[in-house]
Amino acid sequence: MVPTNYYLILSAVIFGLGVVAFIFKRNVITIFMSIELMLNAVNLAFVAFSQARHQSDGQVFVLFVIVVAAAEAAVGLGIIILTARNRQSLNVERVDLLKL
Amino acid sequence: MSAFLNAYATIIIDLIKIALLLFIVLTVNAYLTWFERKVVAHMQSRWGPHRVGPHGLLQPLADGAKFLLKEDPTPAGVDKFTYFLAPLLALALALTSIAIIPFGPEPLHLFGRDIALGITNLNIGILALFAITALSVYGVVLAGWSSNSKYPLLGGLRSSAQMVSYELALTMSVVGVLLLAGSFNLRDIIGAQAHHPELGIFGWNVWPQILGFFCFFVAAVAETNRVPFDLPEAESELVAGFHTEYASFKFAMFFIAEYTSMITVSCLCAIMFFGGWLSPFPASWTFTHYLPSVILIPFGLWVIWDGIRYETIFGRIILPGVGTAITAIGAVLIVFPAVNEFIQGPFWLLAKIFVFLFVYVWMRGTLPRLRYDQLMDFGWKLLLPVSIANVVITAFVILLRGVK
Amino acid sequence: MTPQLAIFFVLAALAVLGALSLIMQRHPIHSALSLIVVMISLAGLYLLMGAEFVAAVQIIVYGGAIMVLFVFVIMLLNAGVEERTNVSKLAGIAGIPLAVALLGFLAVVIARSNAGADAGWQSGALANTKEISMMLFREFVYPFELTSFLILVAILGAIVLAQREKN
Repeated sequence: MVPTNYYLILSAVIFGLGVVAFIFKRNVITIFMSIELMLNAVNLAFVAFSQARHQSDGQVFVLFVIVVAAAEAAVGLGIIILTARNRQSLNVERVDLLKL
Repeated sequence: MSAFLNAYATIIIDLIKIALLLFIVLTVNAYLTWFERKVVAHMQSRWGPHRVGPHGLLQPLADGAKFLLKEDPTPAGVDKFTYFLAPLLALALALTSIAIIPFGPEPLHLFGRDIALGITNLNIGILALFAITALSVYGVVLAGWSSNSKYPLLGGLRSSAQMVSYELALTMSVVGVLLLAGSFNLRDIIGAQAHHPELGIFGWNVWPQILGFFCFFVAAVAETNRVPFDLPEAESELVAGFHTEYASFKFAMFFIAEYTSMITVSCLCAIMFFGGWLSPFPASWTFTHYLPSVILIPFGLWVIWDGIRYETIFGRIILPGVGTAITAIGAVLIVFPAVNEFIQGPFWLLAKIFVFLFVYVWMRGTLPRLRYDQLMDFGWKLLLPVSIANVVITAFVILLRGVK
Repeated sequence: MTPQLAIFFVLAALAVLGALSLIMQRHPIHSALSLIVVMISLAGLYLLMGAEFVAAVQIIVYGGAIMVLFVFVIMLLNAGVEERTNVSKLAGIAGIPLAVALLGFLAVVIARSNAGADAGWQSGALANTKEISMMLFREFVYPFELTSFLILVAILGAIVLAQREKN
């Protein structure tokens, strides 16, 4: 059997890579995808703990996280479509009208 | 050597099963194309392929050779990785879905081992099939987009929107069956229909779930992009839809993927609604166990008789040979009752799959296709509410009867 | 090296490679495909742990619906290759070692901790799906109904946001 620590380290690594993608990428859709990556890493940690403690709470919470991620993706992509139409670009650095 | 074989026996047996099943599925695919062309042709009062081999039986070989030897151009400006990935994805997913289907109730006893008929026995059988269906949307949408061309893009977007919409109705229409069976496992679903073996055909799931069956069948036809839902790939509308820019072997991969998903859907219909490997006759009628022989022996004799009078010399040699083989199989079944008992389950399952494939081909030959907005209206406004209503009614009835 | 450990390393490597590919690809479609690879390998890891229902739901919902939505939006907006704007050199020189150090620290702390028994559930009292659904409809029925409202609101929001302007 695989020790729980291994899953947690993998979850931390994927979360970290999600954070790196969030900071360094400029395309707004890729940034959104890195948020999904971070949510997936958290899901992995939840399931790992749920299986280690032999309780199903973690997996039920994973279902809720997936549902919330779906709702967030739908509304977020709608906003992205509007912003892209408005600013004619998918580069987050161009959404800077409020900059001093 | 034998120690090595013993230690890794299960893996080796699984690999042999996978190779055998892949070979069988690809052969069935090839002859399904022959069957479709013949049946549609006869429905249109013409002969289908009848030149290449006796009764056109070698036509799939000729088609295969054409696909392999034709020129394979890659259009300019395509996104190379995605262009090559899309048909691969479609084919791999379609072939993977065959692994989940159980083909017989009893395991084969060979060399002291029990070999189950069917590659895996997943506890989440149906759910895994839906997962594969959900992923197969990517084959279509990536093919359409990466072709760098208007009509494939439109065809791909329309086709994938259609697949995503009908996926909902597909999954909801199966929930009634799952409520009756209490499990996602396909063997348990057939087992739940075998509770009253003396009912025979009346114990199958199609009677309590008639609404669910129709929703499932229609949604599955839409999922596999077949007539009457094949506007995205119709010749007169969108050239050839999402696979316009694909030639020879890559097109063959899409083609095989489509026919394999047809076969998978037929297997699922047979398993979930029509009792899988259960015989339609009551279990007490043991004389019906001779039905495979009763069908095979006259059919083999007819093939011999037809072959002797065939026009080409090749046909006069091959057809009687095939006929003799079929008659011999039928005779073996009578002589060895143990083999006969073993073959009952798979025989009925294959017969039902054949009937569903015939219905698929029949629909192709007779029905006109739906316009795209009619298609989307039908999926969202009729099929989805009806399948949800089916779930509610089934749950209500189960609650009233107090089952489990 | 048990078979489970070998499968774990293969799937974990696939997940990390997918995440790295998401960062390093220039076209958003290739990033989306890498994310799909990550999700499928995570579903494989859930299967390895015995959480079969969550694995199937992950592929159906995340891989088959949410990522299809992403791919549609990328195609709709005709997102092209990312342009090279000037990223400061300092961010690259100082940032990457710092990120690696942060991750390494996190990994070491987790590895040294006592997170409990092995993650893997060979046999439970009830089947996995049954147990999750009982918990979902008994203890968690209120959040469950709330998520249905959430999805309804999200559908309405997405329709309102993405419709064309009436000129």
